Amino acid sequence: MSQSDLAEIIRERLAPFPRDHFLSAGDLNAATVPPLLDLADAFVDFNRQRAKALDLMRGRTVVNLFFENSTRTSASFEIAARRLGADVTALSPRTSSVAKGETLIDTAATLNAMKPDVLVVRHGASGAAALLSQKVGCAVVNAGDGRHEHPTQALLDLLSLRRAFGDVGGLTVAICGDIAHSRVARSNVALLSMMGARVRLIGPPTLVPGDADRWGCEVFHDMREGLQGVDVVMMLRLQLERMEGALVPSTREFFRFWGLDREKLTWAKPGAKVMHPGPMNRGVEIDSDVADDLSVSLIQDQVEMGVAARMAVLAALSTRREGAAA
Amino acid sequence: MSAPDTTALAILNARLLDPATDYDGPGAVLVSDGRIVEVVHGAGAAAPDGVEVVDAGGLCLSPGLIDIRVKTGEPGAEPKETLKSAALSAAAGGVTTIVVQPDTDPAIDDPAMVDFIQRRGAALGLVHVRVAGAATRALDGHRMAEIGLMDEAGALYFTDGDKVIANSRTLQRVMSYAAAFNALIACRPADPWLSEGAVATSGELATRLGLAGAPAIAERIQLERDLALVEQTGARFLVDQISTGDALETLARARARGLEVAASVSVNHLCFNEIDIGDYRTFYRLDPPLRAESDRQALVEAVRDGLIDVITSAHAPAPAEDKRRPFAEAAPGAVGLETLLPAALTLHHAEGLDLLDVLRPLTEGPASLLGLDAGRLAAGAPADLVLFDAGAPVVIEADALCSKSKNSPFDGRRLQGKVRLTVVGGRIVHDGR
Repeated sequence: MSQSDLAEIIRERLAPFPRDHFLSAGDLNAATVPPLLDLADAFVDFNRQRAKALDLMRGRTVVNLFFENSTRTSASFEIAARRLGADVTALSPRTSSVAKGETLIDTAATLNAMKPDVLVVRHGASGAAALLSQKVGCAVVNAGDGRHEHPTQALLDLLSLRRAFGDVGGLTVAICGDIAHSRVARSNVALLSMMGARVRLIGPPTLVPGDADRWGCEVFHDMREGLQGVDVVMMLRLQLERMEGALVPSTREFFRFWGLDREKLTWAKPGAKVMHPGPMNRGVEIDSDVADDLSVSLIQDQVEMGVAARMAVLAALSTRREGAAA
Repeated sequence: MSAPDTTALAILNARLLDPATDYDGPGAVLVSDGRIVEVVHGAGAAAPDGVEVVDAGGLCLSPGLIDIRVKTGEPGAEPKETLKSAALSAAAGGVTTIVVQPDTDPAIDDPAMVDFIQRRGAALGLVHVRVAGAATRALDGHRMAEIGLMDEAGALYFTDGDKVIANSRTLQRVMSYAAAFNALIACRPADPWLSEGAVATSGELATRLGLAGAPAIAERIQLERDLALVEQTGARFLVDQISTGDALETLARARARGLEVAASVSVNHLCFNEIDIGDYRTFYRLDPPLRAESDRQALVEAVRDGLIDVITSAHAPAPAEDKRRPFAEAAPGAVGLETLLPAALTLHHAEGLDLLDVLRPLTEGPASLLGLDAGRLAAGAPADLVLFDAGAPVVIEADALCSKSKNSPFDGRRLQGKVRLTVVGGRIVHDGR
């Protein structure tokens, strides 16, 4: 397909985002997800061409505001925005005025006065993105707030699954490892359940919230039991930097019981796929042997889908704002 | 205390509410020289000649409220709250005595500081400003503060405020030492490790919001320890800010065994539950955190049954810049002096408690606990009175509060109960007629 045909398909599929901001998976619903994924699908094809420049966001400014260290997510958003023709400014206030005592609200007000169109924010405190969205005039995309949500990650995971399986409804997905500290888990539970997948949570009792069964998930503490018959094994990063106190005795013990290796993978349904939001702790929650096996691992796909999914979100948010302005 | 105003005052045609004598009926109160000289039960009392007369028009007249847990920012954090702004808030809220908390900067941990606060408070000529002294020096949880000297200087009780004395040996020593002065010790029951870093109650909501939660048992565990130490040392003890049904059961068991301990609850925990934090509303970030609805109901029942002796406002001013932060980084606490009465009256209007049962833990309860002669409508008692319209609808507007900080969780809420007149030592310090 020629580039102009692809651009035409993208324009046809481009619809306003259903909300002013994308703060949590709950901003989407079973009706608004499929068109967004269709749009992302078109971006996947587009991104595979040699020339990847669009003008859907020409003249728009996207500010990446990352209070926590991040390479992949901030790069993914930056590339997504640039491919849409937007101007991108990346800030990591960890090293700037926040260290001098400026509050999140002050930073928001300062940035807001510079009139960006989209603010992509990552912050260590749950609810920080929601707070920012109340104080700025532009669209806010939550790129991870504390242990609350990381909705674009869930969207890209869903895109990867839809492309691998065709339909997500009816799939059984096991999310494994450090659920308690994981914003990826929270967004994925919400989005996967919304789209009709069955979700299981597997991990040691210290890393699975006691109330997780009330999320509508089945909870397992034993990998063999929990992986029985699952279509997808989604491993989470063991959030070593978030661990307060003795949650697991050692990384080697964690790997022995909850780390995904070839043997444990045989407990899942034959042909089961493996996912990981990255960055991986190889040999802690996942064995390289499994992670790098392209016949089972969707991990590289996830990274590719990340750019496309974020392009879809940014383009849709931008379209909504233009609609509102007109 | 402020110099008594010699002007005599007669409040006639009121509905007297006196929890100390269980009297709820028509009557009048005559005041002279800062004290109540006569309480007339029944309608139709006339004022003596030459006396300022207030016709209550059938509104409620009760002893002024006594709030034993008030934080100010003086000294050390005056932009939050000064003694003056707190006292103005209190007067506007019908609170005639406030007991300020020792966690100022520097802490109120020696007799000179106790004296300083009392003098500053008295000079304002508004409400009675009394002091809770620190139990340990600089609230460090290790070195005992000068409990005897502070007691002599007028401190009403001793506490490390929001800080928990984690070291059981320290608390044991504080309790047994304080027993020698018959001094009251107050402790927040919160296991410091289980509640470390917590900003909400453990449970489905906190988990979903990604907030670190303190489990309800953290309160019970610490309370069991505190009560065991009380039993051993014979100290007079106040369970400060009880917030869970679990801990109430522990308290009830101890009482049944004959252990005499008092307990307080903040009015916020009687009015709100964890759901109110909703979408990270930091004005509902409190310490202890808001609990489950079942806990709130258990607290209401405990007030009804008399298991809880004292209701406080847990007044904790925090300026906007400390509240307008991500939930976990926001300062905990809420201002409450001005909203204490209408908030407490929800127990009457919504939960069906008798007015006297609502007012008792706001007047006679704390007065008896702290050995004050206020808190009752009786001849000879200080003329600290509040005249209020128990049914009047009010919409709370945080911006209109007298407190320097506007962090009220009641902002925008519709409550019932309006203070018409606050009288302290026979002087009208707030006129909302």
